[in-house]
Amino acid sequence: MVSVEQYGDYKTSWCPGCGNFPILKALKEALAGLDLAPHQVLFVSGIGQAAKTPHYINGNVFNGLHGRSLPVATGAKLANPNLVVIVESGDGCMYGEGGNHFLAAIRRNVDLTVLVHNNQVYGLTKGQASPTSAQGFVTRAQPDGVFSTPFNPIAVAVALQAGFVARAFAGMGEHLVQMIQEGVRHQGLALIDILQPCVSFNHVNTYEWYRNRCKPIDRDHDPTDWAKAMALSLKWGEEIPVGIIYRNNRPAFEAQFSVLREAPLLGRKPDMKALGDILQHYA
Amino acid sequence: MEFLSWNVLIGGEAGQGLQTVGEAFTRALARSGYRVHVTQTYESRVRGGHNVFAIRFAPAEVLAPTEKVDLLVALNSETLFLHHKEMAPGTQALADEAWEAPEGMAVVRVPYKSLSGDGFANTVAMGVAGAMLGVKEEVLAGALEQILGKGRAGVTETNRKILSSAYTWADGNCRKLDVPPAASPEPPRIVLNGHEAVGLGAISAGVRFCAYYPMSPSTSVAMTLIQWSRQMGIIVEQAEDEIAAINMAIGASFAGIPSIVPTSGGGFALMVEAVSLAAVSETPVVVLIGQRPGPATGLATRTEQADLEFVLHAGHGEFPRAVFAPGSLEECFYLTRRAVELAEKYQGPVFILTDHFLADSYRDVEPFPVEELGFVLPGEDPEGIQGKYARYSITPSGVSPRLLPGVSKHLVVADSHEHTETGHITEDLTLRPRMVEKRLRKALGMIQEVVPPSFLGPQHPELILVGWGSTKGAMQEAASILSAQGRKASVLHFSQVWPLVEDQFLQELLAARLAVCVEGNATGQLARLIRRETGFRFPQVVSRYDGLPMTPEYILGKLAG
Repeated sequence: MVSVEQYGDYKTSWCPGCGNFPILKALKEALAGLDLAPHQVLFVSGIGQAAKTPHYINGNVFNGLHGRSLPVATGAKLANPNLVVIVESGDGCMYGEGGNHFLAAIRRNVDLTVLVHNNQVYGLTKGQASPTSAQGFVTRAQPDGVFSTPFNPIAVAVALQAGFVARAFAGMGEHLVQMIQEGVRHQGLALIDILQPCVSFNHVNTYEWYRNRCKPIDRDHDPTDWAKAMALSLKWGEEIPVGIIYRNNRPAFEAQFSVLREAPLLGRKPDMKALGDILQHYA
Repeated sequence: MEFLSWNVLIGGEAGQGLQTVGEAFTRALARSGYRVHVTQTYESRVRGGHNVFAIRFAPAEVLAPTEKVDLLVALNSETLFLHHKEMAPGTQALADEAWEAPEGMAVVRVPYKSLSGDGFANTVAMGVAGAMLGVKEEVLAGALEQILGKGRAGVTETNRKILSSAYTWADGNCRKLDVPPAASPEPPRIVLNGHEAVGLGAISAGVRFCAYYPMSPSTSVAMTLIQWSRQMGIIVEQAEDEIAAINMAIGASFAGIPSIVPTSGGGFALMVEAVSLAAVSETPVVVLIGQRPGPATGLATRTEQADLEFVLHAGHGEFPRAVFAPGSLEECFYLTRRAVELAEKYQGPVFILTDHFLADSYRDVEPFPVEELGFVLPGEDPEGIQGKYARYSITPSGVSPRLLPGVSKHLVVADSHEHTETGHITEDLTLRPRMVEKRLRKALGMIQEVVPPSFLGPQHPELILVGWGSTKGAMQEAASILSAQGRKASVLHFSQVWPLVEDQFLQELLAARLAVCVEGNATGQLARLIRRETGFRFPQVVSRYDGLPMTPEYILGKLAG
């Protein structure tokens, strides 16, 4: 059995009380619980406080550019489908800078588990509004409040028929562990939008604010019913549903490449005899 | 001494099957034993406009395009007027019997309609031109069938019949042209364009992943890989944008698959941040930039060599790189291989600069001896790692042993931040200079492996023409014409434009009475680079930036003027 301890315990650069701590804890528990060893896992991230997570856990890591975690993860998974690939991102990195990749990755449905630490504010750059900030949210950069409507990642993902769409809350640890495990088990892209307080820059969406609103989804919700999931995805306000909102069995992107049916590309040598024959096609 | 060649120019609208017969005719000439060289010029549209497929052929190697036309094959009336002035004295044009033609033009009136019905003028033209040039009918038919593809039996059969009736008609109605006899080289040569050669070179080097966003003229590299992806085990992904394309390639490469990213200037502009990422994360990636005229959208389907400085400086921060600029089919193939090898060896970005002209230019080449060639297989043996693995261990060469993630118990950690040897974020400012120096030390190795510029022609020339990339052939032909006229001229061609190693070329520049830089851009970018690196100042630069390829005539005209 893999233990949580194998995933290590590191000093972080996060603020005391940051919502990233419980997410990191849940991530370690989820992976250990799935009996995945650190060397089987690849964490891919961009830039932001959430994107630093891979530095605080044992595993293979590619910490790339702001907003670009999904393309890197896609390339890595296609190269070696045996890797368990976890994308660690925040609301700015995933829904702002990486928005186009978010849409395209959902459409592709590569077998990735995408954890978005969504605190509705930019932390690393000190408190500007993020794509998920509420309208009217006042920051030093938006002194008259945010004018734009917030991005609803859950609704967008459900609309695009993502393979697996869930919402979790950093303050509901056990539930979060379950969601991550379900996401990793799902064969296809799994989006888990994790609501998370920012103790330094978001004084509206606090632990208490979320705790008062986040409610597990009713047991009778059928996540395979797209229309009902679509309706549920729009629910936000006094009550915020957490849990699996939508899922389907679309084949994973990489399962559709005929060249991957027999073996991963990794380690294959080019068949120079076949290439010699191909050259004759140009005669 | 004038180079004995024939230039057949096929002109018409987009959608008339110009490229189909152009390619088939090129192949038929090559199969007849001629050496071939194709120049395509076209407008950025799918239907209409004016497009040209020019095939220059000869018994000996053809290096460059020429502006003189020896047989004009018109698929529409406009072609006759547009190319009238390029026709060599005593040459003819093929045209429909009903079309208006410029006064004094010698026109072979072909009954396109009665020979083909509607829509097969291209095949009629090929049959008639083939007969006039003495190409055997079965050779023409075989080449046409191959280009049309086996899956379209009905279309192929119709074309075959039309070709045959056109050929027969020409036999009875046209004068045979006095073309030089073919040389029939052994082994039979294959016909490729520049980007097919790049694609095949990449495959031969072990590339198995390509991500791209469609953009002229680079798409053809991806299409070549797609064409052979099943046989050779390659994944080609059409990304949502160029940023995704290069990041995907970096991801695949990090996980152990050699990767290539084809794009053009505008797309490359979007990739620049990731170039820097490849450098700091020390991830191999090959980026092919098929140049076209800018700025911005520029002339989408024309040619230019104006992105040398851009590629040389692309990416924030300081890191080593190599930039290749093939000037022939062979260089397209072998330098792509070299780029893949260097990217892997030095773990970072390597660039290949082609352009629209070279990308589309079909030429004949001896089949590459692929079974004798090596290939790249990334990743070191994890058994060789003692203790805890550090992805960025500081070494004398600057190159750290590269393990692949997930293939052993060792953890592979790559980072875009400045990082520790184990790949984690650091703000240790005593480590920072050591990491900068480690990365830059890789340049010392790369310099040892620079492909030297080729010096072609007589020693101690009066004139040396200096250039890079696709202008190689035009410079060579211009120099040999000048030498034949009594002005000793040579060529210095850079197929690797970075790093520059002064010892490899400065003597040649100083030994010539006059050194002229020849470039397909307006400002003389190589000339400026050589001056920056060596202090050598070119007294003259032949620049071309009208969107057309460099030709021997253009160079000679500028030198005379």
